Amino acid sequence: MELPKGKKRLVLVGNPNVGKSIFFNELTGRYVDVSNFPGTTVEIHTAPYGDYILMDTPGVYGVSSFNEEERVARDVILHADIVINIVDALHLERDLFLTQQLIDMGIATVVALNMMDEAIRSGKTIDVAKLSKHLGVPVIPTVAVKKQGFQELKANIAKASLGYADPRIQSELDKLIATGMGRGDALLILEGDEEVAFCHGQQAFPLREEIYLRRRQRVNEIIADVVQAKQIIKKWNKLLGQWAVRPVTGVPILFAILMAMYWFIGVFVAQTVVGLTEETIMLGIYSEFITALIFRFFSPEGFLGLLLAGEFGLLTMAPVYLFGLLLPLVVGFYLALSLLEDSGYLPRLATLVDRMLTGLGLNGRAIIPIILGFGCVTMATITTRVLGSKRERIIATALLGVTIPCSAQIGVIAGLIAPLGFSYLVIYVLIIFTIFIFLGTVLNKLLPGESTHLLIDLPPLRLPQVKNVFTKTYLKSLAFIKEAAPLFFLAAVAITVLAYTGALTGLQNWLVPLTEGWLRLPRETTTAFVMGIMRRDFGAAGLYHLTLTPQQTLVGLVTITLFVPCIACIMVMMKERGWKDGVAIWGGSFVIAFLVGGIIARLLG
Amino acid sequence: MTTLDKVRRGAKVEICRIADGHVRAQAIRFGLCEGSVVTCGEKLPAGPVVIYTGWQELALGRSIARNITVKEAS
Ligand SMILES: Nc1nc2c(ncn2[C@@H]2O[C@H](COP(=O)(O)OP(=O)(O)OP(=O)(O)O)[C@@H](O)[C@H]2O)c(=O)[nH]1
Ligand SMILES: [Mg+2]
Repeated sequence: MELPKGKKRLVLVGNPNVGKSIFFNELTGRYVDVSNFPGTTVEIHTAPYGDYILMDTPGVYGVSSFNEEERVARDVILHADIVINIVDALHLERDLFLTQQLIDMGIATVVALNMMDEAIRSGKTIDVAKLSKHLGVPVIPTVAVKKQGFQELKANIAKASLGYADPRIQSELDKLIATGMGRGDALLILEGDEEVAFCHGQQAFPLREEIYLRRRQRVNEIIADVVQAKQIIKKWNKLLGQWAVRPVTGVPILFAILMAMYWFIGVFVAQTVVGLTEETIMLGIYSEFITALIFRFFSPEGFLGLLLAGEFGLLTMAPVYLFGLLLPLVVGFYLALSLLEDSGYLPRLATLVDRMLTGLGLNGRAIIPIILGFGCVTMATITTRVLGSKRERIIATALLGVTIPCSAQIGVIAGLIAPLGFSYLVIYVLIIFTIFIFLGTVLNKLLPGESTHLLIDLPPLRLPQVKNVFTKTYLKSLAFIKEAAPLFFLAAVAITVLAYTGALTGLQNWLVPLTEGWLRLPRETTTAFVMGIMRRDFGAAGLYHLTLTPQQTLVGLVTITLFVPCIACIMVMMKERGWKDGVAIWGGSFVIAFLVGGIIARLLG
Repeated sequence: MTTLDKVRRGAKVEICRIADGHVRAQAIRFGLCEGSVVTCGEKLPAGPVVIYTGWQELALGRSIARNITVKEAS
């Protein structure tokens, strides 16, 4: 990576979910995602901080090449000038393994001992001075969420030091270093990292286990000397954490959460709030005004008049859908999702559903991208990187692209289904769920190779941080508007042109066998599909103002849910999985959507 | 001697052997190695086993648990 002159690389390194991203936000004033589940950050974020370029990395339990996050983090760590190692005081035994590895790599390190509040609350006392003496690097206690310890940490960055490395591998290390590589690279080669060895034209050493065990032992000795733990008393969060994974209580808890979200988004936001924003404000006040204004200057039949204020007008349909309908739904959704993310519930959900997902060639961890997909499929596709193997990433991406409706779409769907009654909701969910299972099972059978198994740590449940929840909701909603608005206006222009030139009617007539014949929907739904190619939520929104019977609504919604992912999303899929897989998913979703839609229409009719 | 997936809930066991090398390396980082004593917290039917290592909770997929040999901790 390019580096401005005179700047040094300052890298935040730590286990997953220890607060690295909070430090990044705090030091640079830029926001990157903060959540209570391991694997929130999947790529490197950089921003200037004083004389340094600060880098936020994905959380790793150690430096090597076990998976994609580790590879990404490893390359940055190998080039670091100074590392700020964020350590979770509550999980010191686990986290110091990485600290000692960084020291063994010969990187100047300063340790931020974070989550001190939680450690104290759980009855743990840590002798910070002694810890620093054992490691040979500065150790600064911090509570990132309360901004405690930042000043002291900043003052100590320049004092980062090399610490006490494992002396027993020194001679082997020296031999490798003599060939012209850095100490970090040399250590990884000793630890059997084949990729690093390959880069240097060396053979990896079979010493991983020996070195790891010795490191583990040293860490345990340090812990024994600096930590005093009182018996942890069972508290509400521990009990709740147990209930969340135990099926008899976990399944009802999951349903309660889903019902609460349905009520909040599908009923409260989609009906009450949207009733106000769309009907009253955008249609009642704004549209009336703007149409009257535009038609004073342009004829309502002319192209410009239609383009600006017609049925699909740039100043009428586009802002009404975008701000009146979709924005409130997206905000509502991200609010709910941020609460879930911040609470620490998601890793427990991963445990609860692990068994089910193994049948689809995934393990429980895949539930995190899937849940995030309900927010934005595009973002979720990026987080599929946390999955352990290529086949898992392909399966998860396909499931996301085909079966998971994103927040804006769910909002519209909930708004359309809620008036039809609960039974329609159940049928809709069952249909989509069946396709989800079916697609996963088939891909699992077809794709070669082995999937990895679940091995995750379950962070303590926390009360969500109000400020973080709101910041997150705000930034995600803003990102939604930025991404959606241009496409939406483009869609409005495209459809106005199609309508004005008569191509839309032509297309509608041409597709009659598909819409009226196969799906048994009015031919006007073609418009919704054309919009759906740009973004699926516009497609769903396009159904909003058609007069449909309840059965037709259901068919329309199922089809539009399974329909192609939005343009932005398919571009990310191609970037992440390669264009072949991207095209296959795109084409496959066309086929599945219409096939299933038609079958449902027949079953209902 | 038995395997971790067969241990009953609440039992305290010592880890004797982790069969898979890749899992073993990952487990050492989490603080689990041969000789560690853990408590079995939850067992989901045919699903993951949740264990406490004294300071953290880990969820292990059934196939991983099946490959970990344990014995009753004294
Ligand atoms: N109680 C407490 N919570 C904290 C503290 N620091 C961070 N957290 C919480 O820990 C969680 C993880 O924070 P992040 O900044 O996302 O952690 P990260 O290290 O970037 O995580 P990944 O990107 O997943 O590796 C969030 O829920 C934070 O609110 C702290 O000092 N005290
Ligand atoms: Mg992060």
